[in-house]
Amino acid sequence: MILAFNLMEPYGFQFFRHGLVVATIAGALCGLLGVFVVLRGMSYIGHGLSHAVFGGAAASAVLRINYFLGAGVWGIISGLLIARVARRRVLGADAAIGVVTTASFALGLALMNRYGQAGKSIEAVLFGSVLGVQMVDIYAVSGVALLGLVVVVLGYRRLLFSTFDRDVAQVSGVNVSAVEAGLLAMLSITILVTMRVIGTLLISALLVIPAASARMTTNSFARMLWISPIIGASTCFVGMNLSYFLNTSASATIILLDALVFVVVYAIAGTRNRMKMASLGHI
Amino acid sequence: MTSTPLIDCSHVSCTYGNAPVVDDVYLQINRGEFVGIVGPSGSGKTTLLNAIMGAHPVAHGSITLQPHLTIGYVPQVETVDWYFPVTVEEVIVMTRTKTSWWPRITASERKAVREVLGQLGIADVAHRHIRELSGGQQQRVFLARAMFSQPDILIMDEPTSGVDVRTRHEILHLLADLHENGLTILLTTHDLNGLAAHLPRLVCFNKKVIADGNPRQVLTPQVLEQTYGAPMDVLEHGGMPLVVDHGRVAMRGEGK
Repeated sequence: MILAFNLMEPYGFQFFRHGLVVATIAGALCGLLGVFVVLRGMSYIGHGLSHAVFGGAAASAVLRINYFLGAGVWGIISGLLIARVARRRVLGADAAIGVVTTASFALGLALMNRYGQAGKSIEAVLFGSVLGVQMVDIYAVSGVALLGLVVVVLGYRRLLFSTFDRDVAQVSGVNVSAVEAGLLAMLSITILVTMRVIGTLLISALLVIPAASARMTTNSFARMLWISPIIGASTCFVGMNLSYFLNTSASATIILLDALVFVVVYAIAGTRNRMKMASLGHI
Repeated sequence: MTSTPLIDCSHVSCTYGNAPVVDDVYLQINRGEFVGIVGPSGSGKTTLLNAIMGAHPVAHGSITLQPHLTIGYVPQVETVDWYFPVTVEEVIVMTRTKTSWWPRITASERKAVREVLGQLGIADVAHRHIRELSGGQQQRVFLARAMFSQPDILIMDEPTSGVDVRTRHEILHLLADLHENGLTILLTTHDLNGLAAHLPRLVCFNKKVIADGNPRQVLTPQVLEQTYGAPMDVLEHGGMPLVVDHGRVAMRGEGK
């Protein structure tokens, strides 16, 4: 009874409840989009885009523009710029991400140093904070999660085809460039609505680790699309609760929990695969 | 009266940057033909295929496709990510992007998948992961994907690249059967003896068409030297041309 009471203790705080809802929905959303990030070999892009959105967040603070509008537009433009630069094969996506996003991050840092209250606000943006989460964040993350779900359901076959076999998808009439630009725009706004809780530096982990763990549990793309959001949402939910009792950063606890899940799944999947490969020795 | 060709390339040139990779190509593919394009690596074979399919811009000339032409494309299996989490059924159905947006595979699609897999002799692999298949089965799956849209023409890029002799035989027989049933096939290949020599029509290609005809007409030392830039001999074996490159003959001579 006392234990149950203690476990419910953080729910007495509104900031915790808000943070928990945002983190859990964000975990599911990042898990869903993370499937495409991992399977397209774009893990670096989550890292890069979060840095780009940081630049937009700083600029919108300085210019006193609405955070979601300023950083959102900035993030989407960064995503589209990356897609455009990456299309020039002489450079490649990694160089495009490196150029566009680090420049954006540096600009954000410079703006915050020059005009903002550097110290604490930078730390909150970099590492996330549950203290600043408001109802508007809940609406924003819920709206983006719904949009992400609609995009994935309606664009399922195009997304799958262009992720698995880009060139053939293109010659088969799929507008691969539009699919990629849409995915990058979706990633940008996901990072935008998630950044306040998880922070710029750790958000890429939320995009990569649940999907990577899900990949090891199944050989089906369709199943991976629901396993990954479940892992993302559960680790965010449990991680938020743990962080309260351990008195650790929410984002760090969530990511460590994700990493733990990954290690456990990796160990189990490794054993299972070895057994399976032994039984498929004739192939 | 002659029918309109399915594909009509007229003075087609393509470039990568400023470098010409396809130069003034004239080529027609008619319904019911089985055509192989042979040439060395970097000769522009794949670029020509891409141009035909609209995936590479044409710098000069024109490519005219018969109206409403449906193309089934089989890429080089070496480019496939075999670790990607998809089953055979998912690979085949993913091409249906225009007629259905619903993510789940419908009962009618499942039935159609069974039929096309059955036609290619691999009806029992629908739920297997693509990596769990043998080389021949893997090639058949991608063939099945191309066939799923009931194409007017099948375009294949190096269908026997990286496969063993047995699989190569399987693929050759399978393609011969499909052609026998009326399917038009256009493919590229490096494999002069194992595949090209068995085709009814062969195009020797190196940026431009060097020769076009049946294997007996085009597999000659002169044409091959012009195509590959190296001397080659052509022998007769079992009533078919057999290409032997001079390098191998010279090495065997030195060995003696």
